[in-house]
Amino acid sequence: MTARASGTGLPGLNRVLIWFNDPRNWWGPNGLLAHIREHVVYTAVIVTVGIVIAVPLGLWIGHTGRGIVLVGGIANALRAIPSLGLLVVLIVELSPHISVAGGAGGLLARGSIPYAVPALIVLLILAIPPILTNTYAGIQAVDPGARDAAIGTGMTATQTALRVELPGALPLVIGGIRSATLQVIASLTVAAYAPLVGGLGRLIVDGDQNLTDPHFGYPAMVAAGITVAVLAITVDAVLNLVQRRVVSPGISGRYRRHS
Amino acid sequence: MSDLWQYLQANQAQIENWAGTTVWLIVLPLLIGLALALPTGWLAARYRWVYPPLIGITGVLYTIPSLVMFLVLPGILGTRILDPINVAVALAVYSYALLVRSVADALRSVPAEVLAAASAMGQTSTQRLLGVQLPLAVPVIAAGVRVAAVSNVSLVSVASVIGVPQLGQLFTLGNNTESLTPIVLGLIFFIALALFLDALVLAAARALTPWRRAVAS
Repeated sequence: MTARASGTGLPGLNRVLIWFNDPRNWWGPNGLLAHIREHVVYTAVIVTVGIVIAVPLGLWIGHTGRGIVLVGGIANALRAIPSLGLLVVLIVELSPHISVAGGAGGLLARGSIPYAVPALIVLLILAIPPILTNTYAGIQAVDPGARDAAIGTGMTATQTALRVELPGALPLVIGGIRSATLQVIASLTVAAYAPLVGGLGRLIVDGDQNLTDPHFGYPAMVAAGITVAVLAITVDAVLNLVQRRVVSPGISGRYRRHS
Repeated sequence: MSDLWQYLQANQAQIENWAGTTVWLIVLPLLIGLALALPTGWLAARYRWVYPPLIGITGVLYTIPSLVMFLVLPGILGTRILDPINVAVALAVYSYALLVRSVADALRSVPAEVLAAASAMGQTSTQRLLGVQLPLAVPVIAAGVRVAAVSNVSLVSVASVIGVPQLGQLFTLGNNTESLTPIVLGLIFFIALALFLDALVLAAARALTPWRRAVAS
């Protein structure tokens, strides 16, 4: 604590460039690239699980109009819970009860599962509300005329939901997925507060142990931080492209009739 | 429950100190963010070409993870890594990034006929902005402020991962000593703070828009 409290002797930001220029910091099992890979895979897994849970639920809620007050209230209340606090509760209460010693390939280190589970739960709790609320809000915002027309042409409720309401709500649904993804990418750095959980947050949290170390201290923390920001911006740009491709031009407004 | 009370009494001075820091770390950046977002949001609403670049840049700012911001700011500002100023500046940036969009969208959502009516009544553009457009924009701006307030509460606690002294320290402390009491206490504090701020913003918005109640009844 004393070394940190008086820590005006931080290595300067130019050390970060030197850090990036050292190939030893890029390759190998503890290198930047390995951490980026873990970060991306964790994010993909969490967001996919979030979509699988939240999109069908949001579709049902939006279609039937049932449970909006309840789910909206819960989603808002979840936002007020600090994720770090929840993570620590789960690490202290849940982790000792999980006794899986193994790991999973190069992604989960041996013995990391008791800590990965709390991190996963916390991140899912962050990822679900934006997707869920955007999905049902999107379904409800679908032009009632289009819905009536679908029913009028003899579509069943399921067909209406999947072929009219979902495509119509797609811009908002993807908007929800984008903000959930950004949340997860950012919060994975906090999740690294759980021991042994990988990703770029590992470099940030571990760097705090010895700030002045040229390889694992402040320069590594900032380098990992910059990488997270670049990753977040890149992933968001990719999802923006996906959105342009999958949303029908008639809905996104890119198609305009010239009369 | 008695555990919580005992812990609170035993560590009263420390917790009061942290609570004070936590509150100003949440509220001050929110106010600064709003103060900066009002004029720039107005610019974006007034001049169409300002809107896309401003929203683009603030969108990118918002994607930068908080932990990263807390770490990079000392290098830029020349502050110590544990200085609460870093957290305050970071949260002001996030509040601004969130609110500038709310302000611009809120001002733009005021119907053109209403503005035309104000002009026809002989109001100058300043009178119209402050007396008509801004008050009518309050509900949408307030919705943005609510989100910013609650997200600030959550972000402040993250600063304890690197050790900035505030109530989030209860979490790291609980983790290091493997005791649930400080963690639960911390959760109660943060959730209460979020709910309180949310209610405060809501009440302020109601007080600023008396005509909405008149119509509703």
